Amino acid sequence: MDQMKNFTKGFLKENPVFVLLLGMCPTLGVTTSALNGLGMGLATAFVLVGSNLVISLVKNFIPDKVRIPAFIVIIASFVTIVELSMQAYLPSLFDQLGLFIPLIVVNCIVLGRAEAFASKETPLSSVIDGLSMGLGFALALTILGGVREILGSGAIFNMKFMQSDGMLVFVLAPGAFIALGYLIAIINKVNNKA
Amino acid sequence: MAKKESTFINMVYVLFLISALSGLALGYVYSITKEPIAAAKKAKIEKAIKEVLPAFDELSSGYKVFSYDGSKPSDSLVFFDAKKDGKWVGTAVNTYTMKGFSGLVKLMIGFKPDGTINKISVLEHKETPGLGSKMSTPKFIDQFNNQNPSSFKLTVTKDGGDVDAITAATISSRAFCDAADRAFKTFKQNKGGNK
Repeated sequence: MDQMKNFTKGFLKENPVFVLLLGMCPTLGVTTSALNGLGMGLATAFVLVGSNLVISLVKNFIPDKVRIPAFIVIIASFVTIVELSMQAYLPSLFDQLGLFIPLIVVNCIVLGRAEAFASKETPLSSVIDGLSMGLGFALALTILGGVREILGSGAIFNMKFMQSDGMLVFVLAPGAFIALGYLIAIINKVNNKA
Repeated sequence: MAKKESTFINMVYVLFLISALSGLALGYVYSITKEPIAAAKKAKIEKAIKEVLPAFDELSSGYKVFSYDGSKPSDSLVFFDAKKDGKWVGTAVNTYTMKGFSGLVKLMIGFKPDGTINKISVLEHKETPGLGSKMSTPKFIDQFNNQNPSSFKLTVTKDGGDVDAITAATISSRAFCDAADRAFKTFKQNKGGNK
């Protein structure tokens, strides 16, 4: 398998948010600012890489009928590790994202990659797949958060460049759907051309 | 290598092993992050106290005081008395309200002995990011500095008070006022606490 192709697919061709439309709950929930999106994206990327690696290593020992519970236990362990470490070493980020971190467990991307990819491929391919998908997810969340922050608060990465407050709707949930819709339209256009 | 067969023994054995290993790993992570987490929480409270009180050199440990209207033991506020050269210079009150847009909001408010608010700091909230979360910006929070709630009405202007609400976040502003009002009334009632 071509590892380079494997790595780049998560960014555009198979971007989990813009193309696969997986993991919508954190996508719409936390992307009120670019920084929140980036933090959530990186946390998910870490979980994806870790769970993909472990699952591809133990895949031959797991009986087929109990594979889903086994995967979930592994994923949940990684999520709890992220949660505890974030609480300990990045308390200010945890204040913002705390509520959403446990939800990574039920993020469709993580289980989806475990089931569709890591349970069939070698550990190396699985780690690269996790990195690709995780970073693609982080990129998508940062872009969406950035767009919402610019339009909604007149700022980017917490740096204000407009005096006014911006369009409040983009800070609220409906704004997430509107911004996501337009971004998906743009990505579709780009992907169809390529 | 072929996949394991899904016999009953196999399934129980594998699930048990995976759970046990996860448990071990989590226990280990918990034990190394336990202290930093506690330290981070404590540092946050201490930082807030330092921020809201005038200069002091001695701080009592926090003690619980029932809210002025509270009937349940859970309705209690935490008071921290600060002294300078043995003289009482102010009390930091850890107060709360349940009336936030998403429930609980926790504030740390510094009172001078006569009941004047010295400064307020937001400890915890789940308000909408970009709207209610602006309650911790200076534009909103600084209007309380050096105001005495006996003359400064702790409700938003819409309700006939003296507080300028945050644009498009009246509910969060009201909640903030509710928490501040609770702290002030409780402080008045227990004025000085244990002297």
